[in-house]
Amino acid sequence: METQSIDREWKKGSAELLLLSLLETRPRHGYEISKLIEQRSQGALRFHVASLYPLLYRLEKRGWIQGRWVEKSGQRRRRYYRLTSQGRKVLASQREGWQTFVAAIGRITGVENA
Amino acid sequence: MPDWNEQIRQQLAVLKLAPAREAEIVEELAQHAEDRYRELQSSGATEAEARRITLEEISGHELLTRELEAVECTNAPEPIVLGAKNRAHFLTGLGQDLRYGFRTLRKSPGFTAIAMVALALGIGANTAIFSVVNGVLLRPLAYPDPDRLLNIFESNAEFGHYSVAYPNYLDWRRESHSFTDMGAFRSDDFNFTGSGEPEQVAGEYVSASLIPVLGVTPFLGRSFLPEEDRQGAACAVMLSYGFWKQRFAADRNILGRSLTLNAMNCAVVGVLPADFRFRENARVYIPIEQYNSVELRTRESHPGLGVIGRLKPGITIAAAQAEITSIAGGLSRLYPATNAGHGAAVVRVKDDMVGRIRPTLLLLVGAVGFVLIIACANVANLLLARSTARQREFAIRAALGADRGRVVRQLLTESVLLSLGGAVIGLLIARWGTSLVLAAAPGSLPRSGEIGIDPYVLLFTLVVSIVTGVLFGLAPAFHSANANPQESLKEGTRGAGGGRHRTEGVFVAVETGLAVILLAGAGLMMQSIWRLWRVDPGFNTRNILTTQFALSPKVMASPAAIQLAFQQLLERAAAIPGVQAAAITSLVPLGESDSENSFWPGTGPQPPQDRLTSALFYIVTPDYPSVMQIPLRRGRFFNARDNLASPPVIVIDDVMAKHVFPGQDPVGRQISLMVVGPVQIVGVVGHVKHWGLDSDDTNKIRDQMYFPVRQVPDKFLSEAVAGLTLAMRTGREPLSLVNAVRAQVAGPTRDQPIYAVQTMEQIISGSLAERRFTMLLLIIFAATALLLAAVGIYGVMSYAVTRRTHELGIRSALGASRSEIVGLVVRQGMKLAAIGMAAGLVAAVVLTRFMAGLLYGVRPADPSTLAVVILLLGGIALLACYIPARRATAVDPVVALRCE
Repeated sequence: METQSIDREWKKGSAELLLLSLLETRPRHGYEISKLIEQRSQGALRFHVASLYPLLYRLEKRGWIQGRWVEKSGQRRRRYYRLTSQGRKVLASQREGWQTFVAAIGRITGVENA
Repeated sequence: MPDWNEQIRQQLAVLKLAPAREAEIVEELAQHAEDRYRELQSSGATEAEARRITLEEISGHELLTRELEAVECTNAPEPIVLGAKNRAHFLTGLGQDLRYGFRTLRKSPGFTAIAMVALALGIGANTAIFSVVNGVLLRPLAYPDPDRLLNIFESNAEFGHYSVAYPNYLDWRRESHSFTDMGAFRSDDFNFTGSGEPEQVAGEYVSASLIPVLGVTPFLGRSFLPEEDRQGAACAVMLSYGFWKQRFAADRNILGRSLTLNAMNCAVVGVLPADFRFRENARVYIPIEQYNSVELRTRESHPGLGVIGRLKPGITIAAAQAEITSIAGGLSRLYPATNAGHGAAVVRVKDDMVGRIRPTLLLLVGAVGFVLIIACANVANLLLARSTARQREFAIRAALGADRGRVVRQLLTESVLLSLGGAVIGLLIARWGTSLVLAAAPGSLPRSGEIGIDPYVLLFTLVVSIVTGVLFGLAPAFHSANANPQESLKEGTRGAGGGRHRTEGVFVAVETGLAVILLAGAGLMMQSIWRLWRVDPGFNTRNILTTQFALSPKVMASPAAIQLAFQQLLERAAAIPGVQAAAITSLVPLGESDSENSFWPGTGPQPPQDRLTSALFYIVTPDYPSVMQIPLRRGRFFNARDNLASPPVIVIDDVMAKHVFPGQDPVGRQISLMVVGPVQIVGVVGHVKHWGLDSDDTNKIRDQMYFPVRQVPDKFLSEAVAGLTLAMRTGREPLSLVNAVRAQVAGPTRDQPIYAVQTMEQIISGSLAERRFTMLLLIIFAATALLLAAVGIYGVMSYAVTRRTHELGIRSALGASRSEIVGLVVRQGMKLAAIGMAAGLVAAVVLTRFMAGLLYGVRPADPSTLAVVILLLGGIALLACYIPARRATAVDPVVALRCE
């Protein structure tokens, strides 16, 4: 399977989980989120503007995350997203679901659980 | 550095986001783009490369706009959040509206009652008429595949459609290939004896093929077998479900039992299903070959025989018509003496049944629709008045954040609630109204047994009431929703804006206009009926009692016994105190039946059928002219000496005298009659309007002949006996003699029943039944319209006076006299009524043309009728304006001015 299709297929199912996870520890702005995904996946996953922001807006609409404009001295203002308490619950349940899913796949395909 | 803002804004333009939201997104994405651009440059990309990559990522092949559209522009699957606009919220709102609506309506019971009654009248009348239209016109006949059932008639130049000669039917059936099969039938009455009192029951002679052609399976037993429908076969009988239930207590062991009908013993072979309505009142069905008459064997006689065929699948009516025409053509070449000039015509059974009544019913549908519109206009006016009173309530709601849609919805819910309430009462009115309609139209409505309230009628009522509710609720609802909260909340504001009053004015004008149309229709029908009643039918219709009778089966054996029985019957009838003269006749003028015979002048051989002339053929006893008081113009009428031993004689009417012997004296001349042979004309009597008060003048057959019962050839006598009528001239109210007549006709053997007893006036009124029915309904509709319009005008004017109390008070303080104030108010109201009446007049002139076929002696748009309508309506409108105007003069200027 080529990298690009991994990218597309897996992103669909897991993008929400990725975003919520990255916001778990502290508020971040969009560019930061996209960089983190790229770095931590060692380049396997990349979110560009066109897919990242609509997803952020969607999560915000659902009330899972909340965006807030923050001005820091000497910089242009940026919009930071933080996890809401509802988002925290969703993250916990998605994370659990994901682990179950990966374990199940692993048992079937024989790929060792990391 | 590139201007990312502009790039992104261009992309987002198609989404048409709210400006604030768009700016926010643009800012955030531009920030991202800038970060990315810098990063690319710092990792070694050229300026152009960095720019290209960033741009690509932003647009992502339109991924961005697509994704954003999904998120920003729809309310697509989102979790339910309180406070958002969504379905659940809508339903909660509806429940709220309903509860609130109920409460508001209950709080003003007077208003609610008046509005509901007006709507109930409108909806009820519409439901009643629709249930008639549904039962008569819309519902398919209760046979499988009813559209393939065709009536087949004989036809010629004199009659469009007429009854079929039995041998012709047999040939059609044998030769045609367009039909799966054909069946024949003939209505008759049967003397049912041997089971208590003798009773005359209506029945049908039917061919064995008829019931299978109709596709009907008997409820009990079986249909007739072909061998039961042969000359000389033992008599079999099938019973109607109703007859079986009433006379035989639904006895399931009826099959095989023997009934005595017309002195024949007939074995019951089957019972028809309850919904079998071939002839509404037929109770017994007997194979047609049991009709023991020479009439059935000749092509000359057309003894009231009907034929129905079932089209084969895939054959069109036109193809069947072409085939039957060619068969009839072959028969007229083969039998020129009887069949020359005879064709055949096919008509769908349902069209034949209901085609004549269709225009009348459609007219009524239109009229009753107008009534509903008037009712709607009235209720809309009431609601408008109320909405003004409630303006403060809606202003408060608006101030608290209710949007326009919410207010409109609340008001529409209320009006639909009102109309649904009206519909419930309306259904009761409809049930009662439908029976009224049926009672007003005895016999003149085909399929009347199928009229009733069924699911389609209920659906109709539901739809009509919801549509009505929305229609009359719209104007008031928008009026309220548009109210300016600030204005309304100010103390002491007198109703704002002229919009409402204009709308009211339009409603009043519409009501008045529609009332003009309905009154014009009703007026024209009343004039027609009135003129018809004044038509001279050619005889004295007062104090005549007619009844059909059956002779004792014992006398039917010999012609001499039959003649003797007639003579004794007449003697006994004439001896009844109060009876001045009695006669027997084969035909009653203005009744349903007719019978013709063909003749040719002189005593030569019979010319071919198509050169014969037909005349109505009355077979009567000598006192017939004295009973009917038909004037004798020339010569003499029959007497007891005109019998089989003397030369055959005939009396003709003056129309035939003029037609056959123009400018000559027909008395003493000879003509020849079919079947009878040469006869001598001995007298001329006045013409009688046999075909109907209205249609006699235009009928193709107007010549009339009278032939003595005593001279009927023996072989025809027994069939001539069927359907004879005893007619008596009485010196007192005819119906008071019915019991005496019944006793005297029954005779010493008590086995001669009388049936279908009617006075001549009842017969005439029956001949006008359809018109009377239309007239009655139009009068009811017009009266309702008049009442509603009067109430409408009165309501609007009363309200106007209340609204103008202040102004009128100032006027009278400044010296306006009472009559000036009255004039002021009346003028205002009459202006609206006059506009309505003018428009109504124009519409009436156009619309009454559609009822031309129902009118007699009066043209549609008859100026005198319209003048009366305008005077009547104008008078009522004036009254409806005057009463509130009078009240206006009672306004005390001091009180009026203080009320601010």
